[in-house]
Amino acid sequence: MNVILLLIGASLVLGLCGLAVFLWSLRDGQYEDLDGAANRVLFDHDHPKR
Amino acid sequence: MTTLALDEGLVRATVSSCAHCGQPAAAGRRFCCPGCEAAFAAIQALGLGSFYERCIAERPPRPERFEPCDLTRFIAARGDGAKELVLAIDGLRCGACVWLIESVLGREPSVQTGRVNMTSRRLKLVWRGPDAEAARLVSRIESLGYRLVPFDPVALAASRDDTDRALIRALAVAGFAAINVMLMSIGIWAGDAAGLLDGMGPATRDLLHLVSALIALPAIAYAGQPFFRSALAVLRHGRTNMDVPISLGVLLVSGLSLVQTLSHGHDAYFDSAVTLLFFLLIGRVLDHRARGHVRATVELLLTLRATDVTVLGDDGTATRRPARSLLPGEQVLVGMGERIGVDGVVERGASSVDTSLVTGESLPVAVTAGAAVFAGTMNLGAPLTVRVTAAEDGTVLAECARLIEASEARRSRFVVLADRVARRYAPAVHLTALATFVGWYVWGGVSLSQALLTASAVLIITCPCALALAVPAVQVIATARLFRSGILLKSGTALERLAEVDTVVFDKTGTLTEPSLALVRDGVDPVALRDAASLAVHSRHPLARALVAASGNLPAAGQVEEHPGLGVSGGGMRLGSAAFVDAVSSGSCSGPELWLSRSGEAPVRFSFAERSRHDAAETVARLRAMGLRIRLLSGDHAASVARIAAAIGIDDWQADCSPIEKVTLLRRMGGRVLMVGDGLNDGPCLAEAHVSVSPATAADISQTLADAVFQGAGLRAVSDLVVTARRARGLMRGNIALSLIYNLLMVPLAVAGLVTPWLAAAAMSSSSLLVIGNSFRARA
Repeated sequence: MNVILLLIGASLVLGLCGLAVFLWSLRDGQYEDLDGAANRVLFDHDHPKR
Repeated sequence: MTTLALDEGLVRATVSSCAHCGQPAAAGRRFCCPGCEAAFAAIQALGLGSFYERCIAERPPRPERFEPCDLTRFIAARGDGAKELVLAIDGLRCGACVWLIESVLGREPSVQTGRVNMTSRRLKLVWRGPDAEAARLVSRIESLGYRLVPFDPVALAASRDDTDRALIRALAVAGFAAINVMLMSIGIWAGDAAGLLDGMGPATRDLLHLVSALIALPAIAYAGQPFFRSALAVLRHGRTNMDVPISLGVLLVSGLSLVQTLSHGHDAYFDSAVTLLFFLLIGRVLDHRARGHVRATVELLLTLRATDVTVLGDDGTATRRPARSLLPGEQVLVGMGERIGVDGVVERGASSVDTSLVTGESLPVAVTAGAAVFAGTMNLGAPLTVRVTAAEDGTVLAECARLIEASEARRSRFVVLADRVARRYAPAVHLTALATFVGWYVWGGVSLSQALLTASAVLIITCPCALALAVPAVQVIATARLFRSGILLKSGTALERLAEVDTVVFDKTGTLTEPSLALVRDGVDPVALRDAASLAVHSRHPLARALVAASGNLPAAGQVEEHPGLGVSGGGMRLGSAAFVDAVSSGSCSGPELWLSRSGEAPVRFSFAERSRHDAAETVARLRAMGLRIRLLSGDHAASVARIAAAIGIDDWQADCSPIEKVTLLRRMGGRVLMVGDGLNDGPCLAEAHVSVSPATAADISQTLADAVFQGAGLRAVSDLVVTARRARGLMRGNIALSLIYNLLMVPLAVAGLVTPWLAAAAMSSSSLLVIGNSFRARA
């Protein structure tokens, strides 16, 4: 039954990774402009990048 | 559009559409005005011509010449030596506009970041170089047709909403915990189902309980905070709300489950506690979002209208400054067609002033030196020099401010439906749980921990999860629905108050009537109107605007000269006051007028009058059909009130009301009044009424006071609001009934000690989902 410890541990670590990524994206402001994000995906970046 | 082309066939035949803004242009011409031509050329020169193919919605607005405003105060220096400016954008239509603005800025070598936030309609500009660079960049975007207004960095920081992020973080943590604890719980329940599987040893169950506790307890400590704080706050005031039983239930249940876990007990309820928080936080986040969004929109609308005023220095120099930075004694120059941004006394000049936003009078008032003028009124005639005075006692403004203050305090006493239910519900829940505990422990002969566990099962079952979602879920969905049709609901309790209304009181000017004057069409020669409109396009004067609106966007004349305070001339034609065109005013008809003179023809007169909103009569009839009493209180003269009242079908009206008379009449009416008004003089009524609504063209203070603001030309929003509110109240009551029925069914089982952890979790989730599902009916 020791395998259950491994499984619980693995699932928790993976879950925490997901949570950390979500909190990072929230802090990064990725949910601030949902309308803009929906439109931006259609832009082609033909203007020179600097 | 309500503007009518005079002779549509004729117009269509000779007019093509402008290559930039898409509005009609003269035959054979590609552009409607020089501004559009310049914008088109600028876009092509940058190689961004594909903009026009990208537009999926309307084209950008026609570029106008905006008064440059002093940006220096709004610029914030950043640590790395760059400078930052945040601006509100007006005229954003779709993604193509975002692309255009960002591409144009991207080609400026000095610009580091130029990013548009489409949701909040803001542009963040970061650049290196002098402050003056900002003005150049802003005018570059403005020349494309978008209007930019800077945000004050201090106000911006103050308005930043951290609650939203905090709630979402709490939601994420609760969601994570709910999923993982449920993972453990399903293992435990499966192990319990003897015969189905091999069964689970006590050691394994203890392990799973322990892991659950390790996940759930920190998550509850973190994600439960919004509820714990709110519960503590009301308890300190000796009251109770829905958050009290929630907090108590969650804390008791997790505490007992921890005891069970440590004493190798059989049942733990960690899953119920975290799922409960997860569901409740969904409601909280949605509720907060909907309201924050509306608040931001109203803020933006007001920012866009705030304009600078021209201040005259002692040495005669003129500078542009924001109105609120002025001190009493300073002198302000107000041009023709400009809004008077300050309260003051006319020093020099004679003109007529449109005071409809302040006093409700529809006809302009003549002012000369010594007359008092108010912020929010508009100068229709010659330029005025105004000396700023503080709002003194005895003025309309001071009186309104006092009345508003008095009414606002009374308003805050309204208790929302959810709290009314909670006040009765919370004590009942606590008593039932206590009785269960005492019953089992004293007479049932079970152990202390078993009795506590049964009591906590009662608390979980009765924990008003569905009840706490019942009202916000409907509110969020109804608010979003109203938002889509241009109605901004500012107050969280507005829907409930709207549903109770039995009388609707309208203001006349700007509410039942359109906010600006309209051309009187009788006997107007179409050719003369076309000629006049081609000159009027070049003027920002309200009457000129009305003329253009009436002629349906005709092409502009080529060379036009503006004579401040008098009129415009060009192509051998003159448009302006009677004196300007050498006409003899008949004097028989009062009211605002414009004259057009063309070489070799007699001068033509255009007169203007207020016009009721196109659906005012229909809206009033609809409200009456809902069983509401309709009244009209106006500060305008009896003759014009009577005319509009008759046209719309309101027989109960009162004219010549001062703000104080309006409030007195409102109080005397009794009942629950919905006040619809736009003027400063309606302010006290808006604050005093049970619930209040303003059009988006209303005075700033009225919009701030109103519970809801509606956009658009129609009045239909008012009846829509009442219909939606009544429907929403029905759904809220339905939701509350649903969750109470569920409680009635489940509580006896819990008291009898028959509720196992999985039954509690399943019952709680299903009732919450049922309530959320029922709330979606508010969309219809």
